[in-house]
Amino acid sequence: MNPAVTDLGELVGREYKEGFVTDIEADTLPPGLNEDVIRFLSAKKDEPDFVLEWRLDAFRRWQNMKQPNWAQVRHAPIDFQAISYYSAPKSDADRPKSLDEIDPKLLETYDKLGIPLEEQKALAGIAVDAVFDSVSVATTFKDKLAKIGVIFCPLSEALANHPDLVRQYLGSVVPAADNFYAALNSAVFTEGSFVYIPKGVRCPMELSTYFRINALNTGQFERTLIIADEGSYVSYLEGCTAPMRDENQLHAAVVELVALKDAQIKYSTVQNWYPGDEEGRGGIYNFVTKRGVCRGDNAKISWTQVETGSAITWKYPSVLLEGDSSVGEFYSVALTNHCQQADTGTKMVHIGRNTSSTIISKGISAGRGQNAYRGLVKVLKGAETARNYSQCDSLLMGDRCGAHTFPYLEVKNPTATIEHEATTSKIGEDQLFYCRQRGLSEEDAVSLIVNGFCKEVFRELPMEFAVEAQKLLSISLEGAVG
Amino acid sequence: MLKISKLTVTVDGKTILNGLDLEVGPGEVHAIMGPNGSGKSTLANVIAGREGYQVTGGSVSFLGQDLLSLAPEKRAREGVFLAFQYPVEIPGVANVYLLKEAVNATRQHRGEEKLDAMDFLKLVREKLKLLQMKEEFLYRSVNEGFSGGEKKRNEIFQMAMLEPRLAVLDETDSGLDIDALKIVADGVNAQRSADRSVILVTHYQRLLDYIVPDRVHVLAGGRIVRSGDKHLALELEAQGYGWVESDPSTVSAA
Ligand SMILES: Nc1ncnc2c1ncn2[C@@H]1O[C@H](COP(=O)(O)OP(=O)(O)OP(=O)(O)O)[C@@H](O)[C@H]1O
Ligand SMILES: [Mg+2]
Repeated sequence: MNPAVTDLGELVGREYKEGFVTDIEADTLPPGLNEDVIRFLSAKKDEPDFVLEWRLDAFRRWQNMKQPNWAQVRHAPIDFQAISYYSAPKSDADRPKSLDEIDPKLLETYDKLGIPLEEQKALAGIAVDAVFDSVSVATTFKDKLAKIGVIFCPLSEALANHPDLVRQYLGSVVPAADNFYAALNSAVFTEGSFVYIPKGVRCPMELSTYFRINALNTGQFERTLIIADEGSYVSYLEGCTAPMRDENQLHAAVVELVALKDAQIKYSTVQNWYPGDEEGRGGIYNFVTKRGVCRGDNAKISWTQVETGSAITWKYPSVLLEGDSSVGEFYSVALTNHCQQADTGTKMVHIGRNTSSTIISKGISAGRGQNAYRGLVKVLKGAETARNYSQCDSLLMGDRCGAHTFPYLEVKNPTATIEHEATTSKIGEDQLFYCRQRGLSEEDAVSLIVNGFCKEVFRELPMEFAVEAQKLLSISLEGAVG
Repeated sequence: MLKISKLTVTVDGKTILNGLDLEVGPGEVHAIMGPNGSGKSTLANVIAGREGYQVTGGSVSFLGQDLLSLAPEKRAREGVFLAFQYPVEIPGVANVYLLKEAVNATRQHRGEEKLDAMDFLKLVREKLKLLQMKEEFLYRSVNEGFSGGEKKRNEIFQMAMLEPRLAVLDETDSGLDIDALKIVADGVNAQRSADRSVILVTHYQRLLDYIVPDRVHVLAGGRIVRSGDKHLALELEAQGYGWVESDPSTVSAA
C-alpha cells in the first residue's frame, strides 16, 4: 500500500491490509528497562559518550514522572518492564553496507507495503529511509543528496559522522524530560532519521521515512531530527504500519524540527499503525511528541497529518514561533472507527512579532470511535500583532461514536487577532441519498462525502503520494480551472 | 415506462398517498399539480427510493421491473432520475467529481467502459452549453453557495449528463427567474425523446407554456383526483384547487 492513502472512506470499513508478520530472525533484547538496557542500546550503536549521558539523565528523570492522564483516552496502565527495547533483524548484525546485503525478506516486506527500496525502482523523486523495528534498514538516494550537501541518514549514522551537528540540536526542541513519553524516548530511542538541509538549498526530492513494527512485544522509539538551515526548504513524509497482534504495542516517538531564518519545513505524516480489531483488542499505542521551532525570521513549519490507525493516538505536533514573521501550520485528519481513540491537536506558541498560525483539524468518528481535538494557542507578551486562525470540524458517522473539542487560548498581548471556528455534523442522510440517486453506491457516497470533508487537509499532502489514479484525475481536473 | 397502481404510502404512521394510480408511457411528459402538502414530493421520493416512507400497499413498475425492490442507486443506474426540490450541498466535493462518478456508475451498470478524462470533459462542455452554465460551476463544491436558481439549473445539467429514461422534476421551476426558466425548459425540451419520459411536479402554468405536457394530473387527498390534457392546467390556474377538490364528478373511482 502507498503510505498516503487519501481515500479515507475506503479506510473506514475495510480490514487492515498491512497486518502481516514478516518471519525474520531477530536480535531481540528480553523485556525490561534499567540502566544496563540503556548502556546496551548505546553500545550497540557505538554512540558518543554525550549521548549515553543524555540517555541516562533522561531515564533518571523519567523514573520520577507519571503517565499522563489528562487526555480523553482510556487504557490499562502500561507495564514498561514488559516491553522489549531493542529488536533488529539478525542479518543486520553487521550492518548492511548496501541494499544488496539486505535480507531479501525485508525487501519483500517493503515491496508488499508498496515502498520499493531498490533505487532503480524507487518512486521518482522520493528518497526513503526505512526503519524496521529498532533499526534503519535502508536509505535510498543518499549519495545523490550528499552531492548538494543534504544529509539524510539514520540518526545513529549521523551521531557517528556528524556528532557536533547532532549534539547542537538534539533535544533543543523537545528537551529530554519534556513529558513522560518524550523522556522515555530520550532514554531508549533506537533509531530514526536525521536530515540536514544546508543554507539556501531547496531539497530536490521528497524525503520519506517508513516505520514498521514487526517483532512481538517490542516498542518502537524512534527519534527524528530535521534541521533546515537559512533559506532552505524540505518536504518530509512519514508513513507507518504494523502487523496485527492481539497485544498492544507501544510507539513513543519524538520528532524535532528546526527551521532557521527564511527556511521552510513541510512535514507530512500518514499514520496507519494497526488499530486493533473491532472489539478493541490489540493495536498500537501511538504516544508521540512532535515539535518544531521557527528559530529565525520568516521561517515556516507546516505539519500535515492523516491519522487513521493506532488503537490510541496521543499526539500534538506543535510550533514555537520564535522568529519575527514566522509561520506555523497544522492540518490534520484524524479518523477513529470501531474502538479507536484519538486525542490529538496542536500547540502554536507565538513568541516573535508578527507571527501567524493556522490550524485546520478534521475529526471523523465512526463505530464506537472517540475523537478529541485539543489545541493551545499561546501568544506571549512580546508577540506583537500575532494572528491565529483555527478551524475544527467533526464528522460523526452513526450514533455510538463521539467527538470532543478542547481549544485553549492564552493571550498575553492585546494586539493579537485570534479566530476560532468549530462545527460538528453528522454525515447527512440527505447527502447520502442525493449521491445514491445519482447512481453511487452507499460506500462510494460515504467515501465521497468524507473526502470532501477532508479536502482542505488532503490538498496539503505531497501530490506524489495520492494513491488512486482516479483521485489524481479528480485533483487535476479540479486544478484545471482556477 | 412507469406504472403505479394503488400506491399507499405512510410517513410516521400518517397516510400521505392513498391508492394512487398513474401510468406514464415512453416519450410522454406528465405534469403533476396539487396543493402544498398533498404528497407530490412524497411520490417523487418513493419513485427514487428515499428512506423514511413506508409503502403499505400497491406497486410501482418501471420498464417491467418491480421498482420498489431496488436500492436507490440501482434505480438511478436503471435510468430513474430525480431533480430535487431542494438540492443538497456537499462541501469539498467538486461538482464535476460527483458527475464523473455518477456517469461512470451508470455506464458500468450498462456494461460500458468508463469515460476517459478527455471524452468526459467533452461531454461536460457540451451539456454546460445546453444549460448556458459557466465552466467554473464544475469546480465548485456540489451546490455549495449556489443561488436557488443555480441549484435548479445544476439539477437539469446533471440530468443532461446522465440521460435517464425517466426524469422526475420536483418543482424545478420554483426559484428560477424568467430567463433561467426559459433556459431550463429548453434544456428539458432538448432532452425529450421517444424513449425518455418526464414527470413535472409544478405549481405554475408558466412552466407548462414552455414544456408542453401530454397529460396533467391533480394530486389531492392522497390520489390523482383529476387528469386531463394541457388545458387542465389553465383551468386550475384560473380557478384554484378548491374547484377540483369540491367537484364530486372529478373524484376517480376507488
Ligand atoms: N419525513 C417526514 N416526516 C413527517 N411528515 C412528512 C415527511 N415527509 C413528508 N411529510 C408530510 O407529508 C405531506 C406531504 O408532503 P410532500 O412534501 O410530499 O408535499 P408536496 O405536495 O410536495 O408539497 P409542496 O407543494 O409544498 O412541495 C406533508 O404534510 C408533509 O408534512
Ligand atoms: Mg414538494
